[in-house]
Amino acid sequence: MKKLLTGNSAVSYGVMLSRAEVISAYPITPQTTIVEELSEICSDGRLKAKFIKVESEHSALACVAAASAAGARVFTATSSHGLAYMHEMLHWTSGTRLPVVMVNANRAIGSPWNIWCDHSDSLSQRDTGWIQLYCQSAQEALDTVIQGYRIAEEVLLPVMILEDGFFLSHTSDTVEVPEQKDVDAFLPPYRPRYKLDPGDPHTFNIMADPSLFISFKHVAQSAMDEAKKVIARVDREFKVRFGRSYGYMGKIHLADADVVLLTMGTAASTAIEVVKAFRKQGKKVGLCRLRMFRPFPSRELCKILEGARKVAVLDRDNSLGAGGIVAQELKAALFNSPRKPQVFEFIAGLGGKDITPETIQEILEYTIRNPNPNGVPIWIGVQT
Amino acid sequence: MKAKELNDQYLHSGHGCCPGCAMPIVLRTVFHALGEQTIAVITAGCFGTISGTFPVSPIKLAAYNTPFPSAGAAGSGVRAALDIKGDTKTTVVTIAGDGGTFDIGIQALSAAAERNDDYIYICYDNEAYMNTGIQRSSATPWGAWTTTTPPANLKNQPKKDIVQIMVAHRVPYVATASIAYPEDLMRKMKRAKETRGFKFIYAFSPCPVGWRFSAELTIRLARLAVQTKIFPLYEVENGERYTLNVEPEGIPAGEYLKPQGRFAFLKEGDLERIQENVDREWKRLMNRMENQMLG
Repeated sequence: MKKLLTGNSAVSYGVMLSRAEVISAYPITPQTTIVEELSEICSDGRLKAKFIKVESEHSALACVAAASAAGARVFTATSSHGLAYMHEMLHWTSGTRLPVVMVNANRAIGSPWNIWCDHSDSLSQRDTGWIQLYCQSAQEALDTVIQGYRIAEEVLLPVMILEDGFFLSHTSDTVEVPEQKDVDAFLPPYRPRYKLDPGDPHTFNIMADPSLFISFKHVAQSAMDEAKKVIARVDREFKVRFGRSYGYMGKIHLADADVVLLTMGTAASTAIEVVKAFRKQGKKVGLCRLRMFRPFPSRELCKILEGARKVAVLDRDNSLGAGGIVAQELKAALFNSPRKPQVFEFIAGLGGKDITPETIQEILEYTIRNPNPNGVPIWIGVQT
Repeated sequence: MKAKELNDQYLHSGHGCCPGCAMPIVLRTVFHALGEQTIAVITAGCFGTISGTFPVSPIKLAAYNTPFPSAGAAGSGVRAALDIKGDTKTTVVTIAGDGGTFDIGIQALSAAAERNDDYIYICYDNEAYMNTGIQRSSATPWGAWTTTTPPANLKNQPKKDIVQIMVAHRVPYVATASIAYPEDLMRKMKRAKETRGFKFIYAFSPCPVGWRFSAELTIRLARLAVQTKIFPLYEVENGERYTLNVEPEGIPAGEYLKPQGRFAFLKEGDLERIQENVDREWKRLMNRMENQMLG
């Protein structure tokens, strides 16, 4: 059934259709309407779930992690400072290998205060052991929640689904809401391999001494490697049943592109139009919209960029003293590639500043015009 | 009941507690009272540290360790998962020290109590951060030495009254407990198990290493704390019905303080000040009990 839904509403539908059993979350702009809508959905019986209204994000994730350990399918959502406040629990959840699914509506982190979109909140949690999938549309957000449970419950790693604050969270779009029976067939009830069971008592999360700790982390790394295959397989199966798929990344005009723009989230929707306009002028540009940031698809990115001369990375984030995080990851991935493009780095759209067609145009023209990157990221839209 | 009967039932030897530690005695009694149909949530602190090194655990109950500030929230999560699966038989018990309860964990604890989530929260109070090596907490009593309140700068604030804080949440059941009175502790755990909603059990836990006393004195000090009126044994239902469980003899506080090296730096007049404070707190408690009778 087609519905007009915001990104946040699409997420709530995804959670309902996935039959989450325990939900705990704390309101924060721009995620709040997920908390509100799921409260409604749980209250009116459309979803049979326990919704625990906690006093903080740290408690929200602590609560659903414990519920997951006790065998329930769980969900939480947050943004920005809330995600930062969860930091300890992010590590703990992946370390315990719990299949928690979370949606983060991307928002800048203060100071100064800012409630609008950028990716610095989730990218600064890239090392916490979560799968990270960045969405471009409300439809993708809904679909990725359903896929997220399949992925998480198979590899036993938590999944963080990212949607741009306001640009996606609060913008209405036509969304195909899947039938419950189809989702049930795609996503069976969670059957935990390990859980807290008085009939078979085990202690979760006890001390691992130096001889063993590294082995725990190595096993988790193997699970993350496996996740890459599982994400691809789940996406293929999703396409068979629902007719939609997303892959590790979205690709526009990449096959013969001389200059490729690489970005994440809703900026790609704007970029598509600009890329099409450049193509009309005969300029061989292409667009790669990175969906899967963790695990990072290094091999696949190297492969699709083999034929390009230049790649322009548009980061909606910045790591002070190092530059855009997506650019850093890409450069690391390309380092050992025999045929690698030059990497031009751009920082734009921080704290919700619009990334307009002109922004994208400026980035592409600069990249085409200059033979070499000058070694430091170029900031777009800074007032001097 | 004999103490021996509690050994190795749900908390086996091989745990890492210091000799003379009261906490495993508290927990053996607690686990014995609750039985095997129990899930324990454990937070960072002494118990989190001593409860085994992978792949062995001394705890013969399903147990889940959660980070320091999150005991209250994790207990609610386990309960919610059981409830949604229709499991009303299993008891959830969350275990935290004074750091995880009075200080870093009080936010999540208060929230769980306010929601009246259906589980038992146990605080074993050894009156300082003992696991990290004896640093003051807000449970450390006035005049006590710790490594962060050295002799020239002893703890200069009274102990936080956690029982009154929890009573103010008007939860169904709050009780203090002591290993010197194991039958009383057992009865309170059974009462907590049968009561729906949030239950807070506050167990006194003498620490030979941190309090600087000889390890064989643990039980004696626990008893002296009750008999000097320093740690009254009482319970409060629904935030208003008080019951005193043991009528103390009113032994002078000095009898309890003297064997403890942490109080060795008290100056002249300090002992009197402590005694006055004990008497004042006792009077406040008695007033609450009398007021409820009048009401």
